[in-house]
Amino acid sequence: MDPRLGTALVVLIGIPAVLVGYIFLSEQVLRGVPERRRGRVRPWLWLAPMLGFLIVFLVYPTIGTFIDSLKDQLGTKFVGLANYSFVFSDPDTLGAIKNNVIWLVLLTALTVGLGLVIAVLVDRVRYESVAKSIIFMPLAISATAASVIWLFMFAYQPAGTPQDGTLNAMLAAVGVGPVPWLTVSDFSFNTILLVLVMAWTWTGFCMVIISSALKGISPELIEAARVDGASELQVFRRITLPLLMPTLFVVGTTMVITALKAFDIVYVMTNGNFDTQVIANAMIEQLFTNGDFGKGSALAIVLMIAIIPIMALNIRRFQAQEEMR
Amino acid sequence: MTTAATALARTATATPRWRRSLGHLTTHVVVIILLIIWLIPTIGLLINSFRPSEAVQTSGWWTIIFQPSQVTLDNYAYVLAQSGLWQGFINSLFITIPATVIPIFVAAFAAYAFAWMQFPGRNLLFVVVVGLLVVPLQTTFVPVLQLFGKFGLNGQFIALWLAHTGYGLPFAVYLLRNYMSGLPREVFEAAAIDGASPATAFFRLAIPMSVPVLAALAIFQFLFVWNDLLVALVYIGAANPSNQPLTLVIANLVGSYGNGWWYLAAAAFISMAVPLAVFFSLQRYFVRGIVSGSVKG
Repeated sequence: MDPRLGTALVVLIGIPAVLVGYIFLSEQVLRGVPERRRGRVRPWLWLAPMLGFLIVFLVYPTIGTFIDSLKDQLGTKFVGLANYSFVFSDPDTLGAIKNNVIWLVLLTALTVGLGLVIAVLVDRVRYESVAKSIIFMPLAISATAASVIWLFMFAYQPAGTPQDGTLNAMLAAVGVGPVPWLTVSDFSFNTILLVLVMAWTWTGFCMVIISSALKGISPELIEAARVDGASELQVFRRITLPLLMPTLFVVGTTMVITALKAFDIVYVMTNGNFDTQVIANAMIEQLFTNGDFGKGSALAIVLMIAIIPIMALNIRRFQAQEEMR
Repeated sequence: MTTAATALARTATATPRWRRSLGHLTTHVVVIILLIIWLIPTIGLLINSFRPSEAVQTSGWWTIIFQPSQVTLDNYAYVLAQSGLWQGFINSLFITIPATVIPIFVAAFAAYAFAWMQFPGRNLLFVVVVGLLVVPLQTTFVPVLQLFGKFGLNGQFIALWLAHTGYGLPFAVYLLRNYMSGLPREVFEAAAIDGASPATAFFRLAIPMSVPVLAALAIFQFLFVWNDLLVALVYIGAANPSNQPLTLVIANLVGSYGNGWWYLAAAAFISMAVPLAVFFSLQRYFVRGIVSGSVKG
């Protein structure tokens, strides 16, 4: 028998059965508890699986990583803040931090800016839903697949030979020599190219959220301004944009976090070479190439400290939005 | 005089109208240019995936217009037979289905307790759970890796089932609890008076009434895991190549560049088939899931 058949049975029947069984079993257990205590015990039985997973996979590891970040390569003895001073002095990790700042600024500006422009423009055309689907689609596929798609866009052949990359062929058509995309190390050019790939993926996300906020603006308000003689640009600047500000803030902070955690596209397309290193990829390199758990852990903690304030803002905003519904 | 100019001249008397239609024209042109920019990369890859390898190496995908007879399924046949891609596809399913089902059940149990049971510290505990959203996955890798190592779980599917459940829970609990606490109180009170146990009320009332949010959550978690490279790289990685999901198989194909990277186009499309099918068939739930799930670590 194919062993995969056994796995399939576990996956499709075994796991759901265990999960449903847990609740009915816990009700059986409660029968043995005196009736007046049942109400106090029951919630903890329902919460127990969640608490178990959260402690094992989030709470304990975060504490563990913090302690590891204060230890040496193999975690045998404490080295104080040595790993952190490495993070903020090593050229590779400093380059990664610099690139993450470029990611943060450029990705957020591009996705929120383009998302806003596209949301406003497609609001005025009849094929709006088709247009939105096309812009949103890249978000459904993996960053790995998106990387492959763009490797074909950026492909480069030496000058004089036929170009098979889409961008170089377009340049050749207007008589410009081939550009060795992704291997030019000047001006953070390669990092900018990777950010463009990510922007291609995430603009649709910003567009969808901004678009739904746009639909929420009362048409009477816009019409009243038009009747009073405001131009389209004035309507946009004085009415639409201020009303969209809270949404743009939420979308922007989400993109900042996405930029800080950038990993897949860098790993697949350049693996951090040609001046494209980012914190998340530097950390994976420390763990698996150098086997240095101390430095890897320090990088992870730096990443978390950068994310905490933005995520806190984001959750608070999200909470406020949920309450308004 | 061109036809467009004639049309403009004809409406010239009503100034606002021709200005508006000129504005409309500009809008259409800009939108269509943007759509073309967004589509070209994917279309290029799609076409390349159907071209013979010699052609992919020597000319661009657009030359298919001049040689439509070139279309072939050879790349798909090759990658499915040779490079472990079919195995990767099965592995992705084996990883993704439990990694979607488990967190949703576990989160639903907890969300129901948070929404409809009284216990001391309820609000504080909920805030702590939501606060865990700030933890980036990267912060957990080393200790979890060591823990899995002790139990010999690295390289096994179950490592990914458990890890993705842990990572997905804060957001899932957050979203489900907010939804479930909005369900009508009378329904649950009536069920309790009729003698229904909380388990019955949960499976017969709370779950069926929460289907829209459960669907959105399921689609988000399914795609998050299906498209995940990082978590699979850490816990499966090189430890057990026969258990690698599609994303990892493809990332390795990119790494081994020289020997046949034109097959990548077909490989990438095989990995995109499932998410695109979900996207086009369940678009409404999909959008809601992605939009609300984006804050997840």
